[in-house]
Amino acid sequence: MATQLTINGRSTTVDAPPDTPLLWVLRDVLNLHGTKYGCGIGQCGACTVHLAGQAVRSCLTPISAAANQKITTIEGLSPNGQHPLQVAWQQIDVPQCGYCQAGQIMSAAALLAKHPKPTDDQIDSAMNGNLCRCGTYLRVRQAIHQAAGQGKV
Amino acid sequence: MTVSRRSFLSVSAVTGGGMLLGFGTKALAQQPPNQAPLDPNTFIRIAADGTVTLVSRNPEIGQGIKTMLPMLIAEELEVDWRSVKVEQADLGAQYGAQTTGGSRAASNNWVPMRQMGAAGRMMLIAAAARKWGVPESECFASKGRVYHRATDRSLGYGELAAAAATMPVPDLSAIKFKEAASFKIIGQSTIGVDVPDITSGKPIFGIDFTTPGMLFASYQKCPVFGGRVVSANLDDIKKMPGVKHAFVVEGQVKMGPVLDGEPGLEPGVAIVADTWWDAQTARKKLVVKWDNGPAASQSTAEFARRADELSKQKPQRTLKNDGNVDDGLKAAAKTVEAAYSYPFISHAPLEPRNCSAHYQDGKLEIWTTSQLPARGRQFVAKTLGMKEDDITIHLLRAGGSFGRGLNNDYMVEVAAIAKVVGVPVKLLWTREDDMQHDYYRPGGFHYLKGGVDTQGKLIAWQNHFVSYGDGEHFSSSAGIGPGEFPSGFVSNFAMYSSVMPLEIKTGALRAPGANSQCFVMQSFIDEMAHAAGQDPLVFRQTLLGEETKPGYNVKRMRGVLDLVAEKSGWGKRTLPAGTALGVAFHYSFQGYFAHVAEVTVAANKLKVNRVWVCGDVGSQIINPSGAEAQVQGGVIDGLSEMMTQEITLEGGAVVQGNYDKHQLLRIRQTPQIEVHFVKTDNAPTGLGEPALPPVIPAVTNAIFAATGKRIRSLPLSKSGYSWA
Repeated sequence: MATQLTINGRSTTVDAPPDTPLLWVLRDVLNLHGTKYGCGIGQCGACTVHLAGQAVRSCLTPISAAANQKITTIEGLSPNGQHPLQVAWQQIDVPQCGYCQAGQIMSAAALLAKHPKPTDDQIDSAMNGNLCRCGTYLRVRQAIHQAAGQGKV
Repeated sequence: MTVSRRSFLSVSAVTGGGMLLGFGTKALAQQPPNQAPLDPNTFIRIAADGTVTLVSRNPEIGQGIKTMLPMLIAEELEVDWRSVKVEQADLGAQYGAQTTGGSRAASNNWVPMRQMGAAGRMMLIAAAARKWGVPESECFASKGRVYHRATDRSLGYGELAAAAATMPVPDLSAIKFKEAASFKIIGQSTIGVDVPDITSGKPIFGIDFTTPGMLFASYQKCPVFGGRVVSANLDDIKKMPGVKHAFVVEGQVKMGPVLDGEPGLEPGVAIVADTWWDAQTARKKLVVKWDNGPAASQSTAEFARRADELSKQKPQRTLKNDGNVDDGLKAAAKTVEAAYSYPFISHAPLEPRNCSAHYQDGKLEIWTTSQLPARGRQFVAKTLGMKEDDITIHLLRAGGSFGRGLNNDYMVEVAAIAKVVGVPVKLLWTREDDMQHDYYRPGGFHYLKGGVDTQGKLIAWQNHFVSYGDGEHFSSSAGIGPGEFPSGFVSNFAMYSSVMPLEIKTGALRAPGANSQCFVMQSFIDEMAHAAGQDPLVFRQTLLGEETKPGYNVKRMRGVLDLVAEKSGWGKRTLPAGTALGVAFHYSFQGYFAHVAEVTVAANKLKVNRVWVCGDVGSQIINPSGAEAQVQGGVIDGLSEMMTQEITLEGGAVVQGNYDKHQLLRIRQTPQIEVHFVKTDNAPTGLGEPALPPVIPAVTNAIFAATGKRIRSLPLSKSGYSWA
């Protein structure tokens, strides 16, 4: 069955069962590998993308629920990888293994869209669903503040 | 090509006027002189246009090796770090050992990688000096150019590379390293070389690998380790959408107590489809009749019952016996007896196990994130009856590993599947596969007795360690060494052990051995300090004393312990009720570490406010940003293990399958972590592991200080604790 998806500003038709998780269409059909599989049950946040501007877990989002809405993945967050969060992430050297970081950045981007100058508490609330097995949380928090123009905290 | 007879360095010219520099192995010596400039079999490549490419040989699992190793080369080569390109090596004999484990990368590479860079610099200088007809001693190199100051001339490395390739390779003894004071790259916080790709979502991880015509595999194994397939509804599965193949992999597992290494290819059912989701959807309809085999009798409850039983019997072995522990305990003014335990836990790296392979015309190509790729190739060759030379291994960035990649079970599985399907195939485990088919950090039990004299001096220590194994052998990572602290520091000291058989796989988890032993030893030392009526930090200083023991540098440990006391304000700060400090230290993987944790406990709700970490890993922190990250990560890892992580077995099968049941610390629970290094005149050593172990007892000792409740069993959640 064909489903119409609008991903990173481009419209595409996907022939897959409507209950297929968006994650697997992104990764294995559309070759957008930035969005990661970590748990498949919405526990880790590695698969976070934006659906109509909201951070969602693509492992639990069937493509039928994503049809005809704007989907943004890490590949489409900025034209050249220079979103203020991506810049801050690079400057602060946030990643260790890096596997969770696309999901972290997508959650952070949704946070900044809602709260341009987030408090630590707002950061913790928005980012608590994103696991980092390497333990980069302190730098994640610092990078979000920096991207928000709040300098090094 | 010139190969110095007296050194192990070699050099060769490349087409286009470049130069290659690498270890002078047989493989390299046999390379034709006109090899393509893109041949990766070297550490340094300088193209005619001046582009410098440095190759990192070890597997990158998030520890920052792909940044650190090239930093060492670049420092001595005298190139501008910002202009350097870095490449990951594939598996090849010309690189020497390519392993990640034991925090050994810094110590194993500190000298040879700098030698590589220094030799390159000396040859480039020699080439320039010959061209100008001036002594080499009048020339110097900086930022990719060689200068002759007196005549104000300079040449870029690209212009010199062809001539440099014809210069004799310096003898190792002639290589002079730069003084640390003149380092420009080493010691500077350096951003990970893959960070721009990571933040923009580039497909650089093992799981991201694709190649045209690739199929995707899911592999169902028996929930009980080693169980065999009796029958499966393969005909139904083959009819499912997208499914191309469904077949039984017979496997060949050595049953019985699993001690070490790879017990073999585990039997199961492979489903290969157009997409992984197709394979996975079909797998949900798979019905397998299993022969569970002997491991089905194993359970966590039975282990605990058997450990208690063994603790009351004469120990099977004596590992260490100093003085007379019975007399020491009798003579003690105060004795303490305690039983400690900790659970099995899973590595649970965020990237589930995966591996890609292509079998064609008797040859196999593999793309993997293994920490021990050479051992994986041996395992595959042995299992499939192939020659190692017919197996090519490509190394890809791992999304974490923590020791999981030391075993190559998933590599041999995909190799077996690839041999059947004959096209490129990617095997991806589900999270549940990953958590339920791990090489677990083994649990363990310690039955301790200790005694202090009237002055509060620790005069007796007895430990009966009950673990897993067979006869004289412990299961992998389930052992203890006779030198485990405080061995050698107590006049009457006995360490005994007993083992029970374990029929599931165990293995090294970040800081293996140390991540559990340190909790027990540093907790019981804390108990003895309180029994002695002494401050726990002062008691530790006294226990360490001043005299260095074989294999244990007391001065270095005192150095970090004294510094952590100062940084944390130990004994100098007034803390509110329910808030307290705890201290612990540990020497492991060549690093000396002492931690202080500040906790607040209210009604079993725990908040770790802050952790101070002081470490001594030698004279030089190579990449301060990476070093701080490894320490903070180790602390956070330890806190995850401490609070909730536990793998339990029922009927030989693992109960926990995902992060909801085997949890990781989250951002809200993360304390402030202050990292300090004491620099001592010792060669630099690694940081992946030694910063982890002390955090657990530092926190549990702080809980005791705050509440009077002693934690003797992990995880804390079993004692009713949760994060505030």
